[in-house]
Amino acid sequence: MRFSGFRVVKEALTGHHGWKPLWRNPAPQPAYDYVIVGGGGHGLATAYHLAKVFKGTRIAVLEKGWLGSGNIGRNTTIIRSNYLLPGNEPFYEFSMKLWETMEQEFNFNAMVSQRGIVNLIHTDAQRDAYRRRGNAMLLAGADAELLDRDGVRAMYPWLNFDNARFPIKGGLLQRRAGTARHDGVAWGYARGADLLGVDIIQNCEVTGFRIENNRVIGVETSRGYIGAKKVGVAVAGSSGRVMAMAGMRLPIESHVLQAFVSEGLKPVVDGVITFGAGHFYVSQSDKGGLVFGGDIDGYNSYAQRGNLPVIEDVAEGGMALMPAIGRARLLRAWGGIMDMSMDGSPIIDRTPVDGLYLNAGWCYGGFKATPASGYAFAHLLATDRPHETATAYRLDRFARGYVIDEKGMGAQPNLH
Amino acid sequence: MLIPHPLLGPRDAQEFTYLGDASLLDRPDGMADTAPEAFAEYVYLRDNPAGVHRELWFHEQGDRSWLIVTRNTVTHEILGAELARDVALAAIGGAQ
Repeated sequence: MRFSGFRVVKEALTGHHGWKPLWRNPAPQPAYDYVIVGGGGHGLATAYHLAKVFKGTRIAVLEKGWLGSGNIGRNTTIIRSNYLLPGNEPFYEFSMKLWETMEQEFNFNAMVSQRGIVNLIHTDAQRDAYRRRGNAMLLAGADAELLDRDGVRAMYPWLNFDNARFPIKGGLLQRRAGTARHDGVAWGYARGADLLGVDIIQNCEVTGFRIENNRVIGVETSRGYIGAKKVGVAVAGSSGRVMAMAGMRLPIESHVLQAFVSEGLKPVVDGVITFGAGHFYVSQSDKGGLVFGGDIDGYNSYAQRGNLPVIEDVAEGGMALMPAIGRARLLRAWGGIMDMSMDGSPIIDRTPVDGLYLNAGWCYGGFKATPASGYAFAHLLATDRPHETATAYRLDRFARGYVIDEKGMGAQPNLH
Repeated sequence: MLIPHPLLGPRDAQEFTYLGDASLLDRPDGMADTAPEAFAEYVYLRDNPAGVHRELWFHEQGDRSWLIVTRNTVTHEILGAELARDVALAAIGGAQ
């Protein structure tokens, strides 16, 4: 079933009886070539690219709950590629390019909207840092513009430009950045993978790995044993828990990150604004709700909910930046569990167990990375070599001293 | 969250800053032959359990003591708190 404008009109005229479920609901086979643990954005994108680009067959995605029930449904939907370091920026720019073409490719409306992101500047030193970052972005093929104060004012005249502590002096703008519909991304990849023959098995919790002679031969699940030649784990948030079943300790702590949405308002924020100094960022959804968030709560958590002090902190940041937000009422707040890696950058790598691969440690940035993460992980699973944009995301980089200190803070809450 | 400080009674968790797993008290021997590997593990690797977790909190806006708080990471329930120095001293056989 292909989606098209013609199809929508036809279904509208014929009572919408022709729509079918977007993916099958198969029972698990006894064995697969590839088993992807985790049916979230990254796991589904991995299965999709594995089947589509690398022509893999006999692929299963195992999901503990329902499809997309983890962080792909608990984020603030921002896509961007405004990183600095050579280990990061080409990867995120690759992701940005995939965002630009994914809807046509998997024939599903993920509502990718390139509405631009502005990182606000408050000091001369920060302007220097953002100029450098912008140049690094340009070198990697991304777009970047340095705005002066009037440039920001032209876009967002209602910001508080004269905050005593953080006056706005300018901003770094990436016009190609924006937002996407988070569930649509999961559904699009799930449907695309299903059409290519991938078995998406929900309510199937992995309870252990079967490892013989240091090689993984399958996974124990709540729906029985499933054999596998290769197992890829993409369960950010629960990576520590899952990999402990394979006897591994990871350079990761699980933390809760909260996000918020206001009641629906008339269009006011037409892009994404980040106020890093105040631990606040905001965009507006197509339904009109202001979607905003801040920093992690700052203690290990698997609770998928946070506490009030951080809500207060984020609200204060919002009031400092855009006092008008004080008139909006908060509609919902939610928390997602982040894999906070020790250097703040992700891991896409083999593990010491043969045939077992890890995709983890996405910190704040998992959503924007979804397409490239899936592509790079599929590349690794299919070829046993890292994708050219993901060579820095090694599991052993910490012990070897090759940490990627993009922001130099990792899991350490007092550095945020 | 309220942290039951052993000396000061229940205190708001906002008065504290968080460091992480209480195993950070067990610093490896820097002179051992295996020190590089031991420190890589000590600095970077974590058990990261879902459930009961012993962790270090610093009473920065209070009496500036380090506490070991036992907390459930799934429910945020705080099960107890003790002074980190008591724990560390007990580990080496009491106050010298």
